[in-house]
Amino acid sequence: MSPDRLATLSDQLVLAAILLYLAAMVGYALELAFGRVTETVRERKLVSVGGPAEEVPEAAAPEPASWAPKAGLAGTVALWLGWAANVGGTLTRGLAVDRWPWGNMYEFVVAMLLAAVTVFLFLQVRYPVRFLGAFVAVVAAIGLGFAVRVLYTQAGPVVPALDSYWVAIHVSAAIAASGLFIVGGVAAALFLVRKEGPSRLPARADLERVAHRVIVIAFPIWTFAVISGALWADKAWGRYWGWDPKEVWAFITWVAYAAYLHARATAGWKGKAAMIVSLIAFACLMFNLVGVNIFIGGMHSYADVSK
Amino acid sequence: MTLTEEKTTQERPKGLGPIGWLRWGWRVLTSMRTALILLFLLALASVPGSLFPQRGVDPGAVARYLTDDPVKAEWLDRFWLFDVFKAPWFAAIYLLLFLSLVGCVLPRLAVHLKEIRRTPPPAPRNLARLPHHADIEGDLASAEAYLRSKRWRVATGEGWVSAEKGHLRETGNLLFHVALLVLLVAVGAGGLFGYRGNVLVVEGDGFSNTVAAYDRYLPGSQVSPEDLQPFSFTLKDFQATYVGPGHEKQGQPLDYFAKLAVQDAPGAPEREVELRVNEPLEADGALTYLIGHGYAPTFRITGGDGKVAFEGPVPCLVNNTATFESECVIKVPDAAPDQLAFLGRFLPSTVPNGEEWLSIFPGAANPTVQIWPFKGDLGLDAGTPQSVYDLGAHQNLKPLGQMTASPKPMAVGEAIDLPEGAGKIEFTGVKEWITLQTTYDPGRFPALLASGAAILGLLLSLQIRRRRVWVRLRDGGVTVGGLTRTEGGDFGEEFAELTKALEQHARAEVKDVP
Repeated sequence: MSPDRLATLSDQLVLAAILLYLAAMVGYALELAFGRVTETVRERKLVSVGGPAEEVPEAAAPEPASWAPKAGLAGTVALWLGWAANVGGTLTRGLAVDRWPWGNMYEFVVAMLLAAVTVFLFLQVRYPVRFLGAFVAVVAAIGLGFAVRVLYTQAGPVVPALDSYWVAIHVSAAIAASGLFIVGGVAAALFLVRKEGPSRLPARADLERVAHRVIVIAFPIWTFAVISGALWADKAWGRYWGWDPKEVWAFITWVAYAAYLHARATAGWKGKAAMIVSLIAFACLMFNLVGVNIFIGGMHSYADVSK
Repeated sequence: MTLTEEKTTQERPKGLGPIGWLRWGWRVLTSMRTALILLFLLALASVPGSLFPQRGVDPGAVARYLTDDPVKAEWLDRFWLFDVFKAPWFAAIYLLLFLSLVGCVLPRLAVHLKEIRRTPPPAPRNLARLPHHADIEGDLASAEAYLRSKRWRVATGEGWVSAEKGHLRETGNLLFHVALLVLLVAVGAGGLFGYRGNVLVVEGDGFSNTVAAYDRYLPGSQVSPEDLQPFSFTLKDFQATYVGPGHEKQGQPLDYFAKLAVQDAPGAPEREVELRVNEPLEADGALTYLIGHGYAPTFRITGGDGKVAFEGPVPCLVNNTATFESECVIKVPDAAPDQLAFLGRFLPSTVPNGEEWLSIFPGAANPTVQIWPFKGDLGLDAGTPQSVYDLGAHQNLKPLGQMTASPKPMAVGEAIDLPEGAGKIEFTGVKEWITLQTTYDPGRFPALLASGAAILGLLLSLQIRRRRVWVRLRDGGVTVGGLTRTEGGDFGEEFAELTKALEQHARAEVKDVP
């Protein structure tokens, strides 16, 4: 296939992924809305922990609809299909431009959401985390929509500074870490939205555990992304660390997630406070991606090497 | 950062005297809560570094800020907001943080060294009370043998086996924090013993690594001019290719490189180097990077007296990176009887557009220069420093002839006779210039090692669990109990697998010994 045909196909696959993610969200949401109320379904826990589970009177839980699990299953199928379309979109984009398909912000966001959905699907295979599906799917759909509407860039070559094998190392690590952090951010946001007690939303302990699990994996990857970025900067710009706005915010994000990990091990900070810290860190990550490129990037364009 | 946090440690002492206050202060400083607050402060303090232009990143932008809004800029400068990462308040935060870290890591290191030499504690009386427990077939000897073979630390007693694993978690944690300290020292050492210099070189010209040769030179406080590596080079050629017409990204650079003839020391053999964006030149530990490029049209300028007063290339500053439309300033102090100056606009790919001329492409397909001539006193003898890229400060220059917005451009080989018999300017050719940055940073390799150690430490401390299992004899088998102090892991799964393996191991041994 010609590069132009491949580029068009890539755009179509990304659109298909958006629609499928929306369908997945509807399926998962139906299951949440008409399924069982949590806090009574303790078998959903990821691992058993000490301490008695909070018992909720049976009367508080209305009878769940019998078709609800089927809706959830349909959501899962749609999410897998959307994932496949997302993979296809990124792959065909890479083939069309004959380089790693994360050379600009549009491609980066598409790949990052692919990473987030991949993380969720992987978790779902291993652990009962279907409760998060609706929220991951809606974030992926909105994110891809934002990428297509606002960030879209025609397929093409990148500037010489980005034409380096470091893209494969540094940017891939940033994408993987961001994908994990997104799932953590979704879980943390739900944690705050949901109050204690019975609810249609997943239990707080489960959300806390999912968030912590992904952040613990993501943090070393993010650290590696920052360090490999420094290695690349050392090759390309003559210094490994120069406090460029992007570097500043990568550092802030790193410090904020480090604060989360410390908060979680500190008396009086466990639980809600630590979750708030993780959300602040997530906000820093997102600001680094969107804010620095759009608001601050005007003054100091990141890819622009000349000083 | 101490894990065991007691409210009482934060209470103010009453009449403890200076030693007591110091002890209280140290305890507060090294508490986890203080470390957390310092981490937040560090993140917060970095924010202005991205909002205001920084001298270390973009000195030009700081200078513009100072001229555009001097009152506000003066106040910002007073609070070091153009040098956030060199500011005393920023240093105060990270030094306190690292002090807090030292105060926390050292005691923990001592505890850890003791811990790893200790044998696992005896089994609790009732293993069924532990969060993970199971009754399985088997006996103590086979359990002990199995656990030892899987590299658990094992202790035994009357009717029990005790095993422990996962000290690497704390080892990793300590390694990570120590690596951060080393990293800080490496960065600091690089700043003291390294230097950075920027220079612009035109095709055909040379450069030798001396302080005087740089346009901008920023040495560390421990660097003397004799420390500079004695390499030199000549810029043979510079080539750039761009995305062609018809694409959305028309004019975007695809690749550029500079051909250098390098000598690592005076008298050393010459070597050819192709300098590219991601491929710096290395000479004796100093790295030279290609960071920018532009055009330098060459001119021959004759004064009113008919003598050639200037001949050579004039590096022009790039106005528009998409078309490489560039701005040139030529100062000719040697012209007589009047000194001459020119403003020029260089257009690498010129096309007419109504009354004007534009460049449509960064490559030099149809290079021309538009010229605005001046005569008068350049004031170079006045002693005030001036930029070679700026005519703005000259009060005593008078335009020659009619000033128009877009004069007819000259092509290569063309000449213009200046009005009022002031002389002549000929556009003789086009060269290219590159800007280079040379960096010498002896801290970069230690910093890399420290970063690697930090990642290793992180992985160990976040992915490894410290856990204990005990095996106690019961009628017809053993009871296994497990405990982990690390939350959020999958110890349940591991424990289930372990009990299964223990059982299988015991059965296999029974078969082996009929």
